[in-house]
Amino acid sequence: MNDKTQTDRTIWSEIGRGLLATLPVMISAFPFGLIFGALGIAKGLSPLAVMSMSLFVFSGSAQFVAILLLGTGSGLGVIWLATLILNLRHLLYAATLVDHVRHLNQIWRFGLSAWLTDETFAVMERRYRIEGDAPYAHWYYLTSCLGMYLNWAFWTFIGIVLGTQYKGIEKWGLEFAMVVTFIGIVMPALRSRPYWVAAIVAAVVATLGHALPFKLGLMLGALAGIGAGLALQEIKRRNAASEVA
Amino acid sequence: MSGIEIAMMIGGMALINLAIRWPVYLFADHVRFPRIVERALAFVPVTVLTAIIVPMVLYPVEGGDIQLSWRNPYLIGAIVAAIVSWRWHKLMPTILIGMAVFFAARWALGV
Repeated sequence: MNDKTQTDRTIWSEIGRGLLATLPVMISAFPFGLIFGALGIAKGLSPLAVMSMSLFVFSGSAQFVAILLLGTGSGLGVIWLATLILNLRHLLYAATLVDHVRHLNQIWRFGLSAWLTDETFAVMERRYRIEGDAPYAHWYYLTSCLGMYLNWAFWTFIGIVLGTQYKGIEKWGLEFAMVVTFIGIVMPALRSRPYWVAAIVAAVVATLGHALPFKLGLMLGALAGIGAGLALQEIKRRNAASEVA
Repeated sequence: MSGIEIAMMIGGMALINLAIRWPVYLFADHVRFPRIVERALAFVPVTVLTAIIVPMVLYPVEGGDIQLSWRNPYLIGAIVAAIVSWRWHKLMPTILIGMAVFFAARWALGV
């Protein structure tokens, strides 16, 4: 990519490229949306409630955890706390991308933040890193957001229809799709030893604490894992620094 | 939960999501994260998602005993999915192969 093609790009060219770059992650998100719709119905939520979650919450992992927690009889506070903790990663996403949206007006900034997902973050981080910025790059970003949003809403709807028609869909083992989807997200993210240690500590603590009320094992596991991974990383960093010095 | 509580749950989740996602862009001209916080947040996806799924796999029956055995189709499917994902880093094959192995194991074990 040279600078000329960058500045020459029209809004439509940015939209087309954004859609093309987002299609693969839309395809990989579809079973997730489908299963969320079906699982929500299986867990006893109304079609309206399930659809509203996908339209207004628009956060796959938080939505799954919320219906899981509902099934265990957790209260509102626990579900909200889980949503908060699960979505803290968005602070990092925003911090990473903020340089590219700073020049936009507040309406754009609102839309591009509210619609940001893991998938669009991955697409945009790559775009800015490889192709750089451009006058209409935010249209690429917006297209990616809307593609993910409409895809998520559409497949949630299909899942609701299937979930309503096939009673006992929860016994098909569809919950396992969430397990394999999260495995598919976590494994490539284990990029160095501190991440492996963080994941293993989180797994062990969460398993030991699985019987605690309000899914507290999940929270303790996550916090222990973050602490362990961060500590190991800091030790490595300091050792590396002292070797240089 | 009642209908009103469900509505409160959804509304609250939507607001919490917005409260996390929006401020950094809203105050884009002023924000700067401490480095240590950025480094800690990087571990969030890996730890939270792992803490969710590992107990699901090891305790497939709610309130049951731990099932650390090859007769647990959840464990077999998860191990195969982890190997596929670790080797090829592709989400769709991980989902499809993991599900296929899980269903095959359930059928073969008759559980």
